[in-house]
Amino acid sequence: MLDNRFTRHMPWQPVTAAARAYPQRLDLPLLLFLLAIITFGLIIPSHAQDAFVGQVLRMGVALGFMVAMAHVHPRWYLRAAPFIYLGCLALLIAVPFFGIVVNGSRRWLELPGGIRFQPSELMKVAMPLAVGWYLNTRRLPPRLTHVVGCLAIVAVPALLIAQQPDLGTTALLSAAGLFLIVLSGVRWRWIFAAGAVAAAAAPALWMVMREYQRERVRTLFDPERDPTGAGWNIIQSTTAIGSGGVFGKGLDQGTQSRLDFLPEANTDFVIAVIGEELGLIGVTSLLLVYVAALARGLYIATTASDTFGRLVASGVTLTFFLYVFVNIAMVCGLLPVVGAPLPLVSYGGTSAISILAGFGIVMSIQTHRNW
Amino acid sequence: MTESLHIKDTRLEQRAFAARAIVIFFVSLTLVLALLARLVQLQVVEHDSYATRAEENRTQTQLVAPDRGLIYDRNGVLLADNLPVRSLAVVVELVPDLDALIATLRERVDITEADMAQFQRRVRRRRPHEPVALKLNLTQAEIARVRVDGHRWPAVRIADENLRHYPFAALTAHALGSVRRVTAEDAERLDAERYRGVKFVGRLGVEKFYEDVLHGQVGWQRVEVDARGRVRRVVDATPPVAGQNLTLHLDVALQTAAAEALEGRRGAVVALDVRSGGVLALVSNPGYDPNLFVVGVDPAHYRALVDSRDTPLFNRATRGRYAPGSTFKPIVGLAGLSVGATDWERVLNDRGEFRLPGRARAYRDWSWQRGNAGGQGIVNLRKAIYRSSNVYFYDLATRMDVDVLSDFAGQLGFGRVTAIDIADADPGLLPSRIWKQGAKGEPWYAGDSVNLGIGQGNLLATPLQLATVAMVIANRGSWIRPRMLLSSDGAVPGFPTATPTRVTAPGAEHWERMVDAMEEVVHRGNQGFRENGTAWFHIGRDIGYRMAGKSGTAQVVGIAQGEEYDEEELDEYQRKHAWFIAFAPADDPAIAVSALVENGGGGSSVAAPVAKAVIDAWLLPRLAKRARGEAPALAIAQTPTVRAAGPGLAPAPGA
Repeated sequence: MLDNRFTRHMPWQPVTAAARAYPQRLDLPLLLFLLAIITFGLIIPSHAQDAFVGQVLRMGVALGFMVAMAHVHPRWYLRAAPFIYLGCLALLIAVPFFGIVVNGSRRWLELPGGIRFQPSELMKVAMPLAVGWYLNTRRLPPRLTHVVGCLAIVAVPALLIAQQPDLGTTALLSAAGLFLIVLSGVRWRWIFAAGAVAAAAAPALWMVMREYQRERVRTLFDPERDPTGAGWNIIQSTTAIGSGGVFGKGLDQGTQSRLDFLPEANTDFVIAVIGEELGLIGVTSLLLVYVAALARGLYIATTASDTFGRLVASGVTLTFFLYVFVNIAMVCGLLPVVGAPLPLVSYGGTSAISILAGFGIVMSIQTHRNW
Repeated sequence: MTESLHIKDTRLEQRAFAARAIVIFFVSLTLVLALLARLVQLQVVEHDSYATRAEENRTQTQLVAPDRGLIYDRNGVLLADNLPVRSLAVVVELVPDLDALIATLRERVDITEADMAQFQRRVRRRRPHEPVALKLNLTQAEIARVRVDGHRWPAVRIADENLRHYPFAALTAHALGSVRRVTAEDAERLDAERYRGVKFVGRLGVEKFYEDVLHGQVGWQRVEVDARGRVRRVVDATPPVAGQNLTLHLDVALQTAAAEALEGRRGAVVALDVRSGGVLALVSNPGYDPNLFVVGVDPAHYRALVDSRDTPLFNRATRGRYAPGSTFKPIVGLAGLSVGATDWERVLNDRGEFRLPGRARAYRDWSWQRGNAGGQGIVNLRKAIYRSSNVYFYDLATRMDVDVLSDFAGQLGFGRVTAIDIADADPGLLPSRIWKQGAKGEPWYAGDSVNLGIGQGNLLATPLQLATVAMVIANRGSWIRPRMLLSSDGAVPGFPTATPTRVTAPGAEHWERMVDAMEEVVHRGNQGFRENGTAWFHIGRDIGYRMAGKSGTAQVVGIAQGEEYDEEELDEYQRKHAWFIAFAPADDPAIAVSALVENGGGGSSVAAPVAKAVIDAWLLPRLAKRARGEAPALAIAQTPTVRAAGPGLAPAPGA
C-alpha cells in the first residue's frame, strides 16, 4: 500500500494548515511521475530560449490547474459532470462557426485576448466525467441500453471532432471511451463481437476516409514512395531515432533535429529528438515513467470508492496513455501520422492543461477517498 | 460473473473493475512492448543504416575547383593568369519557367542581349545540373540585389569562379592557345572524376598540351547542411591541388619584336633557342584575343573571325602548310653531298633555265623575266646557295633518287612533327615515291624531282618546321627537338630527356661549308652583278654579327611556264609567299628563326628584314652585354629543369 506523509491525516493546526493544505490533496507518486515526464519535455526540445520559457510557463499554469482541481471534492465533479460535458459539447459545436483555421483544420477557438484553445482537448476530460456520471448510479455491469447511452456520450463529441477534421483525436477519444465501457464490466463476448464487427467494417472506413488520410496510411507502409513529400516526416523521424542507437548522440548533438531535417521537433515528433539524442536508453526511460504514471492512475481508479471515481480516474489515465502510445507509434512508423502530441513533453498549452487538470481530478479522487 | 445481481453491490463492482483494470493494464504493457520492439529494431538492429542516412542528410560534398597552373615566359612575365570573378549562374534543370526567371533577374542585373546569346549557347552545351553562367563579373551592387531575394530562387547561384586571363591577348594567342568552358562534348571525353566542378579545359596550344599538369586536382569539402541546404559549417576538406605553374622558353619581348616586325602583314615567325630547342617566339599574324573565348565569344564576333579572309584563328606558325621554296635548297645540297651527287667544286652554267634530257619543257629561274633570260652564270654549290640558283638545284635534284632526298629531308624534320609539346602541330607534306603512288596513283616523274629541288611541287612545311631546319643546320646536323616548356614546378609526366641525336650525313665539314654558304647569302656584298648574296642588299649592309640565312619565295598559284608573273596584276592573296630562315651568330649560334610573310613577294626583300629584326632583338642586347664582359654565353645554356617521367610524349625524332 503506497502511503506518504501528504495523504496521512494531520492534526488540525491553524499555523501549518495553509502551508500544508495544498500538498495534502496531491498524490505524491503520481506527481513525481508527471514531473519527471515534464522534465524530459524541458531538457530536450531546447531549440529557442523563448520557446523554452514559454513551455515552462505553460507547464506552470497547467500544474496550477492540477493543484486547483485536486482540491475540489469529487462530489462537485459528479454534480458538474453533465454540465461540463454539455459545455464542452457546445464549444465543439461552436468550432465550425467561430473556430479559426490552423494548418488547414478548424480546431481552435479564440478567446478575447488572443488565447486559443482546442475544445477537443477539453473533451478528453469531459468525456470520462460524463461516462462516470452516467454509470455512477446505474447497476454494473451495464445493461445494453446503458452501454448504448455510454456509446452516445462518446460518439457525439467524436463525430463533432471528426468533422474538424481531426481524425487522430477522434480515434483517441473513441478508444478511451471504449476502454471505459470495457472497464465498466461489459461482457467480453459483447466486446469481442463488437471488435469483430469493427474489423469487418475497416474497409468501409477506408471508403469514407479523405484522400489525404488515405495518403497517410499508404505512406505508413511505404514512406519511400514520396520521400520529399508525404514520406518526409516519417523518413526523417525514423532516421533520427535509428541513428540515435542505444546511447544516443548526446544532448543537443542530434543532427536530424538540430539541422531541421526533423519536422515538428518540438511538438508531435519530439520523441524522435529524444531517440536521437538520448538513444534507446532515453526513450525506454521515458516510456517506463509513462507506464509508472499509467499504473499509478489505474491503481487510484481501482481503489476509488465509487463508480464515478473509478471511471473518471481510469478514463483520464487511459486517454493519457493512449496519446503516449499513438504518438510514439506514429513517430516510429507503426501508425499513420495523426496530430497526436506526446503528453507533457510536446510543446503545447491546451494539451498540457487538459492532461494535468484531468490528473488533478484523479488526485482529488485519490485524496478524498473516504468521503 | 455479476449477471445475477440486481442491487448495486459496491464491493463486487470494485472487484470486477479491478479485474478489468488489470486486463487493460496488461494490454497497455503489450502496446509498450510493441513500441520497445520497434525501438530496438530502429536503434539496435538497423542502427547502422539509419546512422549512415543521418550522416548523408547532414553532410554534402562540395567540389572545389583547383587553380589552374599559371604560365610564365622565360623571364617570369605572366602570360596566363586566373582572375577571380563572381558570376550569376542558373541551374536550368531547377527552373520551371526560365524566361520568367530571367525577366525577374533582369530587373536587378544588367543582362545584355550578348549575355543572353552566350547564355543560350552555354545552356545548349552545358553539363546536366551544372550552374550555367548568365552574367559574368557581377558588381557588388548587383550581387547585393540578387542576394536580397536569393531564397526565392533556389536555382540561382552566385558563383565564384576563376577566369583565365591572357594579359598579352592577341600577341600570345597562337603561342599559348587558350581554354574554353567545358561543354557537354568535352564532358564525355574528359575524365569525369578529375573534371568534376571544373569549368574550363585547355583548348589549344600550350593550354591544351599541358592540360593534365595545368589542371591540378579537384578538391572537395564536406559541409554540414540543414534541411534547406544551407551550409552550417565545414566538416572536413581536402583542399584542391593547384595545377603546376609552367615557365615557357617564350620571351615576351622577343615575341613583341617578332609581331612588330611583321608590321601587321599576314605571316608567321618562329624563333628557337639553338641549344635547348626552346621556342623563344611563336607569332602567327593576325592573332585574336583569346580572352574572348574564355567567357564565350559572341556569335557575331565569332563569325567575323571565322569568315575573315585573314583567318586570324588559324595558327600559321604551327599549322600553316606552305611550300618552303628556296629555303629548301640547303637541304637538297646537303642531301646531294651525302650521296656524292655533287661536291663543292662541281660547276654548272646557269643560263636561267633547265631542261630535262630529251625534253622540251624549260624550268625557269626565279630571276627570269621576259626579255631577260637571266641565269646566274657559272655556279658551284656555294654560289648556288648564296645566289639561289634554281637551275643548279633543278639539276642536283635529278642527280639523286627522290627517296634519297626525301629521306634526308625527313631527317631534318620535314613531313613529321618533331616538336615535343606543341599541340596540333602540322607535319606538313614530304613527297616521296610511295607518297605519290598512294596519293595520286602516279609514279614519280623526273619533273617532280625538278620542282622538289627548289622546294616547290608538293612539298609543304610549316614555319615551325623551317625554324627547326634552321636550328639543325645551326647545330651542324645535331638534333634537338623544339619545345615550349622551359621548366615546371612539378613533374611533367612523359617529358623526354633524350640527348641530341645527329643527322647521319654528310660529314661535319659539309655542314660547316653549308653554313658558310648561307652566311654569304647575308654578308656577301659589293661584289657586282650576280655576285652578291641574295639578302645582302636588304639586311647584310648593316649588321653587327655574322648571320647565316636562306631566302625563299613560294609560289601560291601555278604560273604557267613562260607566262609573265606580274605582281601588280595578281590578287594580293595570290602573290608569292616570302620566306627567310636564319640563325646567328653563324659560328656560335644562339637563335634560329623562320619568317614567313604571306603573299609578301620576295623572300630576301620582305621576309629577311623580319628575321633580322627578330635576331637583332635577341642578339644585340646580349652581344652588348658580352662586350661589357657581363654575360659570357650568348645562348641560353640553361638546362631544362623539367622533371621527366615515363615514356615520350611525341614521336622521337629519327636520327
